[in-house]
Amino acid sequence: MTDRSDPVVRLAGTLKRYGSLVALDGFDLVLHRGELLALLGSNGAGKSTAIGLSLGLIRADAGTVELFGQDPQRISARRRIGVMLQHAELPPTLRVGELLRLTASYYPAPRAPAETAALAGIADLLERPYAKLSGGQQRRVQFALALCGRPELLFLDEPTVGMDVEARQKLWTAIRILLAEGCSVLLTTHYLEEAEALADRVCVIAHGRAIHEGTVDALRARVDRKRIRCASSLSTEAVRSWPGVSEASLRNGRLHVTTADAEAVVRRLLEADPQLAELEVQRAGLAEAFTELIRDADGASGTDRREAA
Amino acid sequence: METVMSVNEPGSPVMRRRRVIGAYLEEARSECLRYMRAPGFMLPIMLFPAMFYLLFGVLMSRSNGADAARYLLASYGVFGVMSPGLFGFGVSLALERDGGLLTFKRAVPMPPGAYLLGKMLMAMTVAGVVIVLLLVMALSLGHVTLGAAQAGALLLTGTLGVLPFCALGMFVGTLIKGQGAPGMLQLIYLPMSFMSGLWLPLPMLPRFLQRIAPVWPSYHLDRLALAAVGMNHGPLLPHLLLLAGFAAVFALLAARRLRRHG
Repeated sequence: MTDRSDPVVRLAGTLKRYGSLVALDGFDLVLHRGELLALLGSNGAGKSTAIGLSLGLIRADAGTVELFGQDPQRISARRRIGVMLQHAELPPTLRVGELLRLTASYYPAPRAPAETAALAGIADLLERPYAKLSGGQQRRVQFALALCGRPELLFLDEPTVGMDVEARQKLWTAIRILLAEGCSVLLTTHYLEEAEALADRVCVIAHGRAIHEGTVDALRARVDRKRIRCASSLSTEAVRSWPGVSEASLRNGRLHVTTADAEAVVRRLLEADPQLAELEVQRAGLAEAFTELIRDADGASGTDRREAA
Repeated sequence: METVMSVNEPGSPVMRRRRVIGAYLEEARSECLRYMRAPGFMLPIMLFPAMFYLLFGVLMSRSNGADAARYLLASYGVFGVMSPGLFGFGVSLALERDGGLLTFKRAVPMPPGAYLLGKMLMAMTVAGVVIVLLLVMALSLGHVTLGAAQAGALLLTGTLGVLPFCALGMFVGTLIKGQGAPGMLQLIYLPMSFMSGLWLPLPMLPRFLQRIAPVWPSYHLDRLALAAVGMNHGPLLPHLLLLAGFAAVFALLAARRLRRHG
């Protein structure tokens, strides 16, 4: 019997090498019951390796991997999960309804096919052969297969790649319904707005390590930057040399300035250029925070490696 | 046992045996359905050996009498059942490893072995069809006389005899991904058939090839097939054991590779 507070997924100090390439380098991750954790990171950062370890598809060279407190290669652990992988060519000649029926047969208490189809928005596709569907429709079917077994935990690896805006919104709605039912979700995504819309917590991976873990707000707050935009005749070189300015550039005839101390910089801008117009100040978005984190990690990774060795 | 577990209850939900068997059946059903709907994959596998038999076993050997036609029925039958084993199993596995389907199947709680069992049943069915095709040609065009028991024995030899080649195909499928597999399998299939005396009877081959023929599993299956049509009266058990051993070794090697690398 597992306790309600026990994590559904736990990776501790996991190490995974492919030849000389270190994919995960002492990576830790904990997913609690009922929450959605988004794994963020650039390509090759180790997201898919982390998912592969949690699913038992690959074995860690070192460290602990637990799915519901068990070895993920045990089928009793995997009967409680649903999976949507990044890349899976399903049998092209099978109809959507047949794929659902087959996948549901693996689970002890699956959803009724109609319920699955309604949740995933594929009720109109059930009679169609899989190969005849568009890329976005195929992704929706893969999502349906992930949730058809009434899983307690969903793995969604880049679920909305190839979907149009409307389909993406519908998928988000379905994910929220599943979360409300008590399902936990481990999501990897390229789209920061996706993490922002859904995630309780985000974990940022770079070079096989978790470099940040916390709420979306905490991630955003971690880089306390503001963006200033204005029409001004000041040169970017001059502005860049001011104290507190971390970046200045000219884009589309507008001066863009990034700074931690927006008030001081705005005051100085107004003094230096009385003609200044169209002033805008914005808080840095998740994208800036993310880029900043990755850049810090890139800079630090050389020294980290040596210390770890 | 009759209680249905709710999702949110802690602890593993119980998978009843009836549902596990159901999953095996669903997997086999899907495997058959998908290939019946895509005859382009299985049809050449079935028709290639039948065409070979028609050309060399029936049309070319008219002058050699019914015994020759019966001998060739057995060896082309073996040639025919190797193909669904090697290609039906090996190529589809290699393609599905490449396309990510196998990874998906390993991630979801498919009962272990259901995927392979589905493919095995499909290969056995195709092997059976190949033997029936050859039997029909032999009896109608080749003027071969066979008792019902002999025909049945050949059919049984074919449907079970496909299994060692499934194992070999599976092993090659785990070594090579995607489009490289068919070429590699041809390189095994055609020379092995020739060297086991399936195209030309062994006594017509060079002495060296005759001597090493027992190395090939197809040689042993040919001995069994010849016995089925009444043309080999030697002991059968050594051939059976060797084929079973061959199947077991390659199945184990392949299963190990699949578990480790997918």
